[in-house]
Amino acid sequence: MTVADRLARNRFETDEEEPHIQVNQEVARRTGAADILIAVCPARVYSKEPDGSIGVEYAACLECGTCLAVAPAGSLQWHYPRGGFGVQFREG
Amino acid sequence: MADEVDFDVAVVGAGPAGSVAATLLARQGASVVLIDRGEAPGTKNLSGGVLYGRVLDEVFPGFVDAAPVERRIVRNVVRFLTPDGAVGVDQVDPRLADPVNAVTVLRAKLDPWLSSQAEEAGAFLMPGVRVDELLIDDRSDGTRQVVGVRAGEDLLRTRVVVAADGVNSFLSQAAGLRTKPPAHHLAVGVKAVVNLPAGVIEDRFGVAPGDGAAHALVGDCTQGVGGGGFLYTNRDSLSIGLVLRLDDLLAQHKDAVTLFETFLEHPAVAGYLRDGELCEYGSHLVNEGGLDMLGRIHTGGLVVVGDAAGLTINSGLTVRGMDLAIGSAICAAEAIGEALSVDDLSERQLGTYRTRLFDSFVGKDMTTYAKAPAFLERPRMYSQYGPLLADILRDVFDLDTRPRRHLLGVARTALKRSPLRVKDLVSDGLAGVRAL
Repeated sequence: MTVADRLARNRFETDEEEPHIQVNQEVARRTGAADILIAVCPARVYSKEPDGSIGVEYAACLECGTCLAVAPAGSLQWHYPRGGFGVQFREG
Repeated sequence: MADEVDFDVAVVGAGPAGSVAATLLARQGASVVLIDRGEAPGTKNLSGGVLYGRVLDEVFPGFVDAAPVERRIVRNVVRFLTPDGAVGVDQVDPRLADPVNAVTVLRAKLDPWLSSQAEEAGAFLMPGVRVDELLIDDRSDGTRQVVGVRAGEDLLRTRVVVAADGVNSFLSQAAGLRTKPPAHHLAVGVKAVVNLPAGVIEDRFGVAPGDGAAHALVGDCTQGVGGGGFLYTNRDSLSIGLVLRLDDLLAQHKDAVTLFETFLEHPAVAGYLRDGELCEYGSHLVNEGGLDMLGRIHTGGLVVVGDAAGLTINSGLTVRGMDLAIGSAICAAEAIGEALSVDDLSERQLGTYRTRLFDSFVGKDMTTYAKAPAFLERPRMYSQYGPLLADILRDVFDLDTRPRRHLLGVARTALKRSPLRVKDLVSDGLAGVRAL
C-alpha cells in the first residue's frame, strides 16, 4: 500500500484559493532543503522536480508541522490552512 | 478595561487541554469562547491513542462510562523487535481495570464530547475559525499584555487568552515564549487506523469485550533510528504507529514513509493487522524534550497549556501527553480564576499557573523524567538489546539435542556475540533505573 493509497482513505477539504505551504526555491536550493523535507514528511507532500526545484502537493498535507520544524531557515512558509479547510480526521 | 472585552477568556484549540480549561473557567462563571480551526472539534487532532485518564475523572467524574472511549487497557505489552522477530514482556492484570487506569481513544470521537462538556458548562464554541494572531498591547510601563485574538478580520478582545493550540503553537511563538526546538528533541509520529471486527481484536489480543491491550514496540521497528512503535486496540480498529526522532532520521538518511511501510510488514507486527482495512492515515509532531523544553508558559494575559507548552513525557514504556494536557488545564483554570477575581491579569499574577503546575503531578512527573530524553538517545537501545534477548531465549527454547547449559553460560555466550559489553549493560541499567 502506497502513501497515495493511504491518503485516499482520508477526507480532505482542499483550499483551492490559498495554498498553505510555500517553498522559497532559491533558499531551498542553496540549503539543500529538498532532501530534508522529503525525508520527514509522512504524506510525501514534497518531491524533487526535474529542474531541481521542490514540488509541493499541499492538498495531501496532514498538518503535523514536522517539515516546518526542520526546514532550513527561510526555505519554507508553512501555516495552518484557513478554518475548515485541510485534512478532516474522522478517527484521529 | 473589563467592560470593553468580548469575553473574559478566549481558549484557542479544542483538544483535551483547551476543552478542560474552557469547562472549568465556564463553571467558575467566566465568559469563555472556545475557538477551534477544525470544522468540528477533533477533526484536526490526532494522538497515539492511550489516555491515562485518572486526571480527567477529576473534571468529569465517571467519564469512562459517559465519553466515547474505545477500550480499557488491561494488558500492557513491551516488545523488543529484532529484524525478523521479537522478545517481550506481557502484563495481564485486573488491577489495571479497577479503577480504570488507561483507555484507548480516537480523538475525532473524544474531542467533540469534551468540547460539548465545555458548551454545557456555558462556554461558547466557535469551530472552523483559525486564529491568526494575538492582539498585544505594549504598555507604557514596558510590559506587554495579550488583550485578545484576531481571526481573519474579526477581533476578539479578552482579559486572558489560553493557548491550547497544540505542539506547533504559533501563538506562544508569536508571544516570544517559545523558540524553535532542536531536532533531537522532536519526533514525528506516523499512524494508521486499521479496521477489524471487535471479536477478531478480542481473540487476537486475548482480551474481553470492552477491554484492550497496549503494545509498546522498541528496537528494530525503527531500524536503528531513535524512537519506537505502538499498537493499541480500539473498539473495532487498531491504532498502529511509529515515532521517529528527527535528528536521527536525517542523520541516517532514512525517510519516515519507508520506515513506516517496512514496520507494517514486520513479522512481529503484520500478524496483528492481517485482513484489516486501513481507514485513516495521519501524523503528529511530538515534542520529546521533556522538562528542558518547557520554557516560559505564561506572560501578561496569556497562559499556555498542553502540547503547546511542551508537556509530553516519553519514558520509553509510557508515552504521555493528554493526561499532562488535562492536568495543566486544571492548573491554568485555577490560576486564571484567581486572576480574574482580583482583576489582575499581569504576568506576575498569572505566574501562579507555573507554581501550581509544579505543585501538581504534571510538574513533578516532568521533573522525575527529566533525564529520560537523554537516556533514550543512547543508540544501542534501538538496535542491540532485542537481538541479545532473542539469542538468550533461543538457546533456552531451541532444544536441538545438544547438551544444555545453565542460563548464566547461555547469557555469557550471547553477550560475547553481541556488540554490547558488560559495562554497557551496567551503564544503561543504572541510567535507566535513574531516568525512568
